[in-house]
Amino acid sequence: MTDALNTKELKCFNAVNKSVKKVDGISLVTGQPVYTNDFDVPGALYVRLVRSSHAHAIIKNIDTSQALKIPGVVTILTYKDLPRIPFTRAGQGYPEPSPYDTFVLDKKVRYVGDPVAIVAAETERAAKLAVKAVKVEYEVLDAVLDFEQAISENAPIIHDEPEAVGIHDASRNIAAHFEMEIGNIDETLKSCDKVITRTYHTKTQLHAMMEPHASISYFDPNGKLTVISSTQVPFHARRILSRLFNIPIGDIRVIKPRIGGGFGGKQAIHLEPYVVAVTLKTRRPARMVLDRSEVSMATNIRHEMKYTVTVGATSNGEIKVIDMEGLSNTGAYGEHALTTFMVAGSKTLPLYNKVEAVRFSGNVVYTNLPSAGAYRGYGAPQGLFALDCTIDELARELGLDPLDVKEKNSIREGESSPIFRIMGEGREGVDQIVRSCKLQECIDKGKAAIGWNEKYGKRLKNGSKVRGVGCAIAMQGSGIAKIDMGAATIKMNEDGSFNLLLGATDLGTGSDTIMAQIAAEVLQVSYDKIKVYSSDTDLTPFDTGAYASSTTYVSGNAVRKAAEMVKEKILEKASVYLEEPRENLMVENAKVVSTKTGREVTYEELGTKLFYTFEQEQIAATASYVGEESPPPFLASFAEVEVDLETGKIELVKFVSYADCGTPLNPVQALGQLEGATMQGIGWALFEDVIYGKDGRMLTNDFFTYKIPARMDYGKLECGLVDSYEPTGPFGAKSIAEIGIDTPIPAIANAIYDATGVRLRKAPFNSEELFFEILKEEV
Amino acid sequence: MMLELTVNGRVHSVEINPGEMLLDVLRRLGYKSVRRSCDNASCGNCTVLLDGKPILSCTTFAARATGHKIETVESLEKDGILHPIQESLLETGGAQCGFCIPGFALTAKALLEENPEPTEEEIREALNGNLCRCTGYESQIRAILNITHKRGGLSND
Repeated sequence: MTDALNTKELKCFNAVNKSVKKVDGISLVTGQPVYTNDFDVPGALYVRLVRSSHAHAIIKNIDTSQALKIPGVVTILTYKDLPRIPFTRAGQGYPEPSPYDTFVLDKKVRYVGDPVAIVAAETERAAKLAVKAVKVEYEVLDAVLDFEQAISENAPIIHDEPEAVGIHDASRNIAAHFEMEIGNIDETLKSCDKVITRTYHTKTQLHAMMEPHASISYFDPNGKLTVISSTQVPFHARRILSRLFNIPIGDIRVIKPRIGGGFGGKQAIHLEPYVVAVTLKTRRPARMVLDRSEVSMATNIRHEMKYTVTVGATSNGEIKVIDMEGLSNTGAYGEHALTTFMVAGSKTLPLYNKVEAVRFSGNVVYTNLPSAGAYRGYGAPQGLFALDCTIDELARELGLDPLDVKEKNSIREGESSPIFRIMGEGREGVDQIVRSCKLQECIDKGKAAIGWNEKYGKRLKNGSKVRGVGCAIAMQGSGIAKIDMGAATIKMNEDGSFNLLLGATDLGTGSDTIMAQIAAEVLQVSYDKIKVYSSDTDLTPFDTGAYASSTTYVSGNAVRKAAEMVKEKILEKASVYLEEPRENLMVENAKVVSTKTGREVTYEELGTKLFYTFEQEQIAATASYVGEESPPPFLASFAEVEVDLETGKIELVKFVSYADCGTPLNPVQALGQLEGATMQGIGWALFEDVIYGKDGRMLTNDFFTYKIPARMDYGKLECGLVDSYEPTGPFGAKSIAEIGIDTPIPAIANAIYDATGVRLRKAPFNSEELFFEILKEEV
Repeated sequence: MMLELTVNGRVHSVEINPGEMLLDVLRRLGYKSVRRSCDNASCGNCTVLLDGKPILSCTTFAARATGHKIETVESLEKDGILHPIQESLLETGGAQCGFCIPGFALTAKALLEENPEPTEEEIREALNGNLCRCTGYESQIRAILNITHKRGGLSND
């Protein structure tokens, strides 16, 4: 089927590769009540959590007596009221690669913000008052607040609970460990003309999606436990709830309405167990919405990572060795610990596939800080900062243009890398050849747009201000091969419209629209004839959920397959109805047409006959898809910065990103993903700095103290798409959602160096640090 | 205490708690387009128009809004016809997750009423108080520029 699609004729599309408006767009722009917290559920209790004020402590006593006296307070639950079942909130496929090191409520707390008790009340005000009135007595323990101290001998052990499963070495606070080596590092290094070793440190980042997490639970009229939740993974949420509360999966329904952004931050099971615990205890509906401070400090953050990279090359810049040794900070719990660490290598190292020897190793450690989790890019940006900048440094030391060095060592169409097979996510990956790669075109376009040849190495000065340019190239994947599964059901209505039922989870990415376009392309109808309903565990088929850049590629292929099956059934029925051989028939413009006789029947006529009078049958099909490969999209990015040497102030004058995402199924939406990811990366590079107090409390837990970019904060942003055609993707498509966030940090760091001669190796970059470095360097 | 609020031309008599913010009262009245994101006047998601000017409802006392005209995004669509800014946001992909869009649409409406042909720089300035985490703000800026282009105010490059 994929071969048939990879033909020039089929590249004249009717429904895909068009910037149609989003199917949910009118609801969004008219402000309809479509998000979880917009739903009124009569009689719902307000749920809030008592949270730990200590980074590491044992709960000695919880006194709820005063809190229970507050009018309107209905129940307060502590660890004593819940079964003690270790699990991971990570929200991954099964079996989960993250350790089971978490309890819905525990008698030990491991970061400031860890849940201690669940309060449910008739009003929000009563719930808030009760949270303050619960008295918790702690035995405070020493805390690990610096991830580089986590494995030191005298560090306190964060996970000493005997029930935990899957921790690499709990006694040394190591949640996960990974190492791999190809070729002989030491021998190959000896044959290099130039070897450099550098250490790069990327701090954490907050997702800062606009919609705070929300969940509602209730029993439906048939007694089914129903959860409406702002989740990226409704099916994983259902499976995990089933295990935690010992309720059969079939007796739980999880519904995902519109979601106000996720970026990985809504992949974990953050709220669902708390509202469900209340509903099970009280038999009443329960609702919970996080405050912004809770979203910041008590959901997930990004894994802080530090890599020491050794790169060896010939004098003309051929890279022969890459060795990356890393340390990742997973915080209090090991959500996505191993997988994000592996992705830091698996989504960066194949870029430089001409090496003779490559090694990647290191530990992911626990600390008493907020738990890290999935976040757009998923380790790749942290790995790329270290790898790209080390290569940049190497090139400059060799007196070569770093763009030339990156360009000539990078992977190309038809090539492969052994990393694809060795490093997957939490286990082995799959062998694959890069079937589509327009990285060179991306580089060429970006290079022209930034004016690389005119500006690189020039250090143009204007008074105290100096300008410089930097570049970075990146790759990502499209779903997790042989793991991520998406399914779609399509059924035909008598008016020639189709219901498309999808497990795929649109978080604002526009996937509902893109899936409608794919079905419309196969069935040759306009996309508004495809009525999409997504993400409801009772009504839609399974999908692993929205993560790992998987929806367009994995779920999209499922939709394409289901639509092909429906089309085939329509043709079979039409063949009987028109009394024409099947091979004479084709679909076009919502009709079946005979290429021989010109006889035709509209979908509407055929559909109506099939329902009521002729060969009566509901035409419908369900298809599933698991990727055999995970084709990487590619990206080339360029930054131009202006630094004031008297203050260290960094101004991002222009940022350019050109991406190859295969066929953009909806160019406006694809470009929006790239622009948005780029902006998130720019924010992370220049403004978004998480700061903790000495007690481990996150101090930057609102938008005043944690600065996400507004539009005046950066200069010109130029993003563009270079079409390629990925033969395994639906109509040539690959992913686009994550890749844009990989490059801003390295590209901006390289540009700052180009401008000032100062190499910043810790992100985000702030002006104070740069200023003091400038003083040292006496630029 | 009882309060009279005029929202989208409709007068509501509503019982409020002392110190209650306009955001909470509007959501309670069913104007769910008014969104709580930061709750401390730093994101612009709860923007409503008070006598045509954008204000942050999360930090405006409901009582302060009596005697003024409050507009929420629910008022922009008339008989199934979208306001040009809504239509334009759809075309440019300005609404990804859509959570911030009511605030953006109202800020943009106020801008265009005060300055029908803003420059790109003026649009950036006007939108600077509205945070969005999905887009690079480019699509919202294009949405407003497209309206001014359609009015013939600026050449369409």
